[in-house]
Amino acid sequence: MEEYGIYIAALAAMAVIGGVLGCIIGVAVKIFKVKVDPRIELVTELLPGANCGGCGKAGCADFAKSVVEGENAPNKCPVASQEQVSAIAQALGVELGESMKKIAVVFCGGDKNQEKVQTLYNGVSDCISASLIAGGPKGCSYGCLGMSSCARACPFGAIEMINGLAIVHPNLCVGCGKCVDTCPRNLIKLVPVDSKVHIYCSSPEKGAVKMKVCAVPCIACRKCVRAAEEGQFDVNGFLVSVNYDAETLPEPEIVEKAKCPTGCLLTADQHVKIEESEKKNKGEAA
Amino acid sequence: MSEEVKSELLMPKGDELVLSTSPHIHATEDVRSIMLKVLIALTPVICAGIILFGNAAALIMAYCVVFCVAAEAIWLKLAGKSLSTLKDLSAIVTGILLAMNLSAGAPWWLCLIGSVLAIWLAKQIFGGLGHNPFNPAAVARVGLLIALPKYMTTWIPTRFMNYTTADYCQNLFTKTDWQNVVMGKIDAVTCATPLGVVGTTTKVLTHNPEAVNNFAQVANPSCYWQYFLGNMGGCLGETSALALLIGGLILIAFKLIKWQVPVFYLGSVAIITGVIHFFLPGVTPPPLFHLLTGGLMIGAIFMATDMVTSPMTTMGAAIFGVGLGIVTCTIRIWGNYPEGVSFAIVFMNALVPLIDKFVIKRPFGYNKPIVEEGVAA
Amino acid sequence: MTTKTYKTVTFKGGVHPSKDGKALTREVTIQEAPLLNEYKVIVQQNIGAPPKVLVKKGDEVKKGQMIAEAGGFVSVPLHAPTSGKIKIIDRIPGPMGVPTEAIIITADGKDEWGELMDPIDWKNADGATLKKRICDAGVVGMGGAAFPSHVKLSPPPDKKIDYLILNGAECEPYLTADHRLMLEETEKVLEGAAILGHALGVKNVFIGIETNKEDAIHALLEKCENYGVGVVGLKVQYPQGAEKQLIYAVTGRKVPAGKLPMDAGCVVQNVGTAAAVTDAVKEGKPLIDRITTVTGEPIKNPSNWRFRLGTPVSKAIELAGGITKEPGKIILGGPMMGFAQKSMEVTVMKNTSGILLLEKSDVIQYQSTACIRCGRCLSACPMNLLPGSLSAAIESEKFDLAAKMNVMDCIECGSCAYICPAHRPLVQHFRRAKAEIRNRSKK
Repeated sequence: MEEYGIYIAALAAMAVIGGVLGCIIGVAVKIFKVKVDPRIELVTELLPGANCGGCGKAGCADFAKSVVEGENAPNKCPVASQEQVSAIAQALGVELGESMKKIAVVFCGGDKNQEKVQTLYNGVSDCISASLIAGGPKGCSYGCLGMSSCARACPFGAIEMINGLAIVHPNLCVGCGKCVDTCPRNLIKLVPVDSKVHIYCSSPEKGAVKMKVCAVPCIACRKCVRAAEEGQFDVNGFLVSVNYDAETLPEPEIVEKAKCPTGCLLTADQHVKIEESEKKNKGEAA
Repeated sequence: MSEEVKSELLMPKGDELVLSTSPHIHATEDVRSIMLKVLIALTPVICAGIILFGNAAALIMAYCVVFCVAAEAIWLKLAGKSLSTLKDLSAIVTGILLAMNLSAGAPWWLCLIGSVLAIWLAKQIFGGLGHNPFNPAAVARVGLLIALPKYMTTWIPTRFMNYTTADYCQNLFTKTDWQNVVMGKIDAVTCATPLGVVGTTTKVLTHNPEAVNNFAQVANPSCYWQYFLGNMGGCLGETSALALLIGGLILIAFKLIKWQVPVFYLGSVAIITGVIHFFLPGVTPPPLFHLLTGGLMIGAIFMATDMVTSPMTTMGAAIFGVGLGIVTCTIRIWGNYPEGVSFAIVFMNALVPLIDKFVIKRPFGYNKPIVEEGVAA
Repeated sequence: MTTKTYKTVTFKGGVHPSKDGKALTREVTIQEAPLLNEYKVIVQQNIGAPPKVLVKKGDEVKKGQMIAEAGGFVSVPLHAPTSGKIKIIDRIPGPMGVPTEAIIITADGKDEWGELMDPIDWKNADGATLKKRICDAGVVGMGGAAFPSHVKLSPPPDKKIDYLILNGAECEPYLTADHRLMLEETEKVLEGAAILGHALGVKNVFIGIETNKEDAIHALLEKCENYGVGVVGLKVQYPQGAEKQLIYAVTGRKVPAGKLPMDAGCVVQNVGTAAAVTDAVKEGKPLIDRITTVTGEPIKNPSNWRFRLGTPVSKAIELAGGITKEPGKIILGGPMMGFAQKSMEVTVMKNTSGILLLEKSDVIQYQSTACIRCGRCLSACPMNLLPGSLSAAIESEKFDLAAKMNVMDCIECGSCAYICPAHRPLVQHFRRAKAEIRNRSKK
């Protein structure tokens, strides 16, 4: 019996210490309790939880706080779906706000095969670095540099580099807008998710100048403008672009109808498909 | 006439221009040529090793180089990296340095284990050349010394140690040993290193009159000259101080090492052992003995000075050298191992990022040095 | 030859490029470029505000006529390089690769001067008059930065200027334009120095010149006393001609970080600028041409030329006899700090000190490897920065850390990238970091 005494004593000591510490913690919790608005937690749970920072806040919890405090409307979250936004609005009893879901589009179609690469590049594979040297290796001074700065910045892996051109996969993009700032050429813009047709060119140069360096520029022939309803396209100098603020956005059929001579007027899906098939063909050839 | 001039006028087509940031010209020196120069600096040491220990030495070097290169190639292949980094010759340098740290009597598989330790554990696991915090050869030596001490401390005598010179070498091996070999009683003689002889004598910080006599047998002017030439037991590359000094001069001439590292290392060892010897002659032999024996020279000249694992600033190099000296002396005088150079190098390698962080040059135009948090190593 | 002596000074750090290349053009006298049919004058040829274009398509202009006026205080006017007709105002490839506004002039072949400004007796003129003239003549720093000269000459009243230093270091390999200028137009340079000194009210006027231009030094020493200008030899070390390094070498003063030379009581001007100032003040001629070295191994006849502004690079190469082998790079400026070009349609500007073609075999596409911490960049950096650690920080996109490590003090001299055995693109990293940090502070 003697030899067991020591074990019993040890166990008892542990129990006592544990009990005392437990009590102290219990009291401390009561005394130092921080009041957290339970609604913040609720909103955080309703948010997508991507922590992308697309709203400008430091993550979803921070955004939830700002929503509860009334600083932001629930629809300021670029990632959340319409249902999620309305759920949050309902839970808080605030105005839903007009929500316009957006996705990113890279306005350049000049991949390796289309864009005449004028020079060889030796240096860091990063768009800002490359743009600082004589405006980058590509012939077009406005086109995609293809060094995947935006793809690296995308928290959702929605940007893929195909044939040296950044392409946004519309089904993966949530419209957080992180890529927009990274592009030194300002090629990436957020457009309404309903817009299906885009003009993949951003160069303000003259058509002839563009044709020298690229096979798929917008040469401002205005075929698309004539084929479309009024106000669906904007003509700005030597560049035509889709008017995303228009009441009705151009339908995908316009691509067939307009017969764009260079092929820069495409739907997002067509664009991805073309690039992927080119990549495939190239792979087979090699 | 003008026609002729026209035809001669050649204009650039401008279709294959290279675009890059300035500067557009580059010094001819690259990593490969640095490694090549290190190999050139190692030649005197390699020669000394072969002269002193014969073909066995050459064989061990060959083993180590082949194993190191093979280990690197296998790693690169497995890691899916390009084999082009093999071309920088760093694996060969590591191989040679590893061989220099082995006994001439080492078996081939010891070279294999050492090579794998050096290349995989010390270098590639961190990301390859440039990312390794520790000197690969020093790590291999330490690893082998701890894991396989028997093979790492079985020394064979040099070719110049024989029956007739046994008088000078009597403390390393005896005439009787040699007679036994000649008479066929034993296969080969092993011999002790001077440091080993001292190490077994005493390791206490008290004045021991007996030890003074013991030291005198291995540490006297008649021995020093032999030690300087390398005629003593020890690793392939560490014995000949003469060859190592020549190699060191080549390194400094090529501007491959910071002279502060060896000078402050050797200097601090000399001062520390000198002071201790002066006051307590029974604790440790005189400084000259320490400088000439063991791995101090090769460590100070070839291993501690490795660019990747030593500080970048000259001030840092001096601090690094003094630190090495203190650690080496501590192990040599009070530690369990007779030798402490490789331990000291590995230990100080770990402190290099810290040294680099605190020894920052003052940028031009600032009155005070800007000490910042988290300066990358 | 004079036996007059001069002292030689230097700065800490830097490199000594093994391939000097100056021998190609060192002995070649400056040639006058023939009149071309067309000049493409880029409008913004100065740092600061872009000038405002005064002419329109179809206008007739005379040589030296102002075709664009200063767009602000930090700006200078622009003048027509020859007489002729404005063909069009268009966008052409600029030196940075970005299309830039340019005035394209078709020469009428008469090359008639328009009305020149009145010559000024500078010894009796006051500083303000001289500064106005220098501004009106469109004089900018001709060493490379193209900073309007009159701005440098107008320090705030609380800053006392003790030294005027003329930069004749020409530390860039291959370039010899300043060397030839100092040798052939010694008096013009010295008089310009004296005028600039007079405008500033500074007694200590020095010309800093690298000791590899022995003949130019002696030419200057012969005559410098007449103008009250001192000649200081500079050790042949790159970047000896960088403003802060030059000031340190000559005066021992250090320009505080993030400040201008005038904060150390110094003003630095290029020797080419000094010569242009002499023309502007004594003859009333605006800046419409400059001396440019056309050089490099592929060039058939490497030579020094006086080109009018707006001369296309392709024409310049043609004048130098074309090429003997295909170049791998076309660079505006020197090999250490110049800008690689992708088009030969870029034109000579006020700050184009050289047109350099590099051989294909010299243009190796380097593959950069990991830093081996050799510390060569540390000893090469004239600003005492930590290029190796900095580039590691930038590679992992830690721009805040890079800012703390003073990346903004980098002068982009390229010494570190030149010496790096691992061929790391250090300068490119620093340029990127500077761009990112500037972008962030704008937001």
